[in-house]
Amino acid sequence: MSGLIAWFSSYDGLIIITGILCAVAAALPGNFLVLRRMSLLGDAISHAVLPGLAIAFFLTESRASVPMFVGAVLVGLLTAVLTEWIRDFGSVDEGASMGVVFTTLFALGLVMIVQAADHVDLDPGCVLYGSIESTPLETVLVAGHEIPRAILMLGSVAILNLLFVIVFFKELLISAFDPGMATTAGYSARLMHYLLMVIVAITAVASFETAGNILVVAMFVVPPSTAYLLTTRLSRMIVLSLIIAVASAILGHWSAKAVPGWFGFGSTSIAGMMALCAGLLFLLAALFSPLNGVVVRVYRRMKLARRILAEDVIALLYRLEERQPGRSVPLSEICTRLLSSRVATQWAVTRKVHKGFVELTDGGYRLTAVGQRAAAELVRSHRLWEHYLVTEGISPDVIHRQAEKLEHYTDRELRDRLQTESSAPALDPHGSPIPEERG
Amino acid sequence: MTSATTTSGTTADNASLPLSIQDLTVAWHRKPVIWDVEFDVSPGQLVGIVGPNGAGKSTLLKAVMDLVPRASGRISIFGKPWKQNRNRVGYVPQRESVDWDFPVSVLDVVTMGLYGQIGWCRPVTRRHREIAREALDRVGIGDFADRQISQLSGGQQQRTFLARALVQNADLYLLDEPFAAVDAATEQAIIEILREMRQAGKTAIVIHHDLHTVPTYFDSVVLLNMRVVAQGPTASVFTRENLERTYGGRLTLLDEATEAMRRRERTL
Repeated sequence: MSGLIAWFSSYDGLIIITGILCAVAAALPGNFLVLRRMSLLGDAISHAVLPGLAIAFFLTESRASVPMFVGAVLVGLLTAVLTEWIRDFGSVDEGASMGVVFTTLFALGLVMIVQAADHVDLDPGCVLYGSIESTPLETVLVAGHEIPRAILMLGSVAILNLLFVIVFFKELLISAFDPGMATTAGYSARLMHYLLMVIVAITAVASFETAGNILVVAMFVVPPSTAYLLTTRLSRMIVLSLIIAVASAILGHWSAKAVPGWFGFGSTSIAGMMALCAGLLFLLAALFSPLNGVVVRVYRRMKLARRILAEDVIALLYRLEERQPGRSVPLSEICTRLLSSRVATQWAVTRKVHKGFVELTDGGYRLTAVGQRAAAELVRSHRLWEHYLVTEGISPDVIHRQAEKLEHYTDRELRDRLQTESSAPALDPHGSPIPEERG
Repeated sequence: MTSATTTSGTTADNASLPLSIQDLTVAWHRKPVIWDVEFDVSPGQLVGIVGPNGAGKSTLLKAVMDLVPRASGRISIFGKPWKQNRNRVGYVPQRESVDWDFPVSVLDVVTMGLYGQIGWCRPVTRRHREIAREALDRVGIGDFADRQISQLSGGQQQRTFLARALVQNADLYLLDEPFAAVDAATEQAIIEILREMRQAGKTAIVIHHDLHTVPTYFDSVVLLNMRVVAQGPTASVFTRENLERTYGGRLTLLDEATEAMRRRERTL
């Protein structure tokens, strides 16, 4: 335990804590930005606070001051207000109006900061990219302990944001999901919107002058978006986003030190690497999310294709046996008739053999009694569909292809309904008998 | 419904009226959407609002709940402004108005109907979820309570909204196209529940598109096309002539004036 404390109060430990606090503080309100489809407002506000900070530098000639903080938060809020105004009165869409507002304010801030740098001890580069590396150096005295100012500030903001999300969970949820409903239930969606904007602006300002712009902008959006891919419940999404935020900060710190070394370079921007790690985690989630990730989708599609092929095999064996009872069919013939590849077909047949649906006899394959039953269901579905489609006025030339697809998605209940609606036919439109339902 | 639009209705009269609208005009960017709308709704009725697209039907419902700013007019709900009688009004918005991919369960959405009673910063409790579950059973989708809302069919989504309105236990319900794109079974379930509500003395105002079912579903209708074309008991008001006047393509003087106004504004 004491070892852990010692490590965390080491120089690197303090940097990681700063990164974690910034990431957590931003990810908390970020969830609601993402769900309300205004993710970029976090970005916009983070940039737009710059002139607020600059004015404060001019007025107070120092960095640590309450008026500066308040001023910057107000300018941040102004971004949200101005964006709405320009959208409503300037007849441009939300994205354009946001772009106009925050780039203009940011540019104004930039011009001012460069001027201010001549008068105040201030490094424009440091303000833009952040200087998470040097945060442990600037400390304040709290109850006899020297605490880095960044940790004090970001820690307070993280706690504030956590309380905000817990206390207003229900209100944030309803105003994000259904603003009209929220307002009619007495929770003004507008009020919640501006409360959220205040929180975003406070987070942006606190992060801007400690951990830098890149980190906070990324953490508003990336961890919540990643979490969104992994769950279907808001509460879990928020918890996951925090875990991802913390992981990005730790991974980012480690890679900033380690990765450039592999290529013979010195260490790189820690805040940048933390944001980059968040992006990589998002990529992982997009690829491997069990809900709807790329891999799962490909796997599901392959699994479905295999199931359909295996079902086609037993249906084929059933039809061939109808014509010539007791016959066993060689693999090559199955492939030719189903127009399928040898490997895939061999795999499908082997699977059906393992399940006891198909047996190998005299160099060919034949349905077992269990296989007969399963195949009869498929063929029954197929022929019932053909009958139904013809009665629906669809040309007999095309019904086979449609029935071929539908048979794989037809269960007992649907078959029974088809049977009743087509008044229990005995033959399909091609004259083949429709097998009876068994069991 | 139409207690013969009394503009001089006293508060005592109004207190029994679920909804009374006088002289209501709503404009978007100075372009009128609804104009001089005036009607009363008496209790225990199913009221249909019928009119072509863009007639201002949704806007009318939203204006009742102060969701859109009104240019003029007075609206009272059981004799009081909406703000004071908020909890007596239940609203079922159009299904497309929300993001169905939102990470919430069906039960979460229905529980939202209780938020109005729960109050600021208080948590949702097990008792609230019980009430929500009962409402889901009542609309016939109790088994879907724990699913994410994106996994529902259109009809089930509409039933979810209806369950959410039910738990509000309001006296006046405003439903924006509850029958749009739902299956026959859902349509039947919804109308059954609306009838049960009426039995319990509640009032429902429903925006409706299918003209065929209007006479069987609604006790009275409001035919709306920016203005109220006709309103009253369905039997006497829902006539071919009135429908032609509501849906007719002819431009009225007002339409022409509005169009001229819009053109002028554009050139300013």
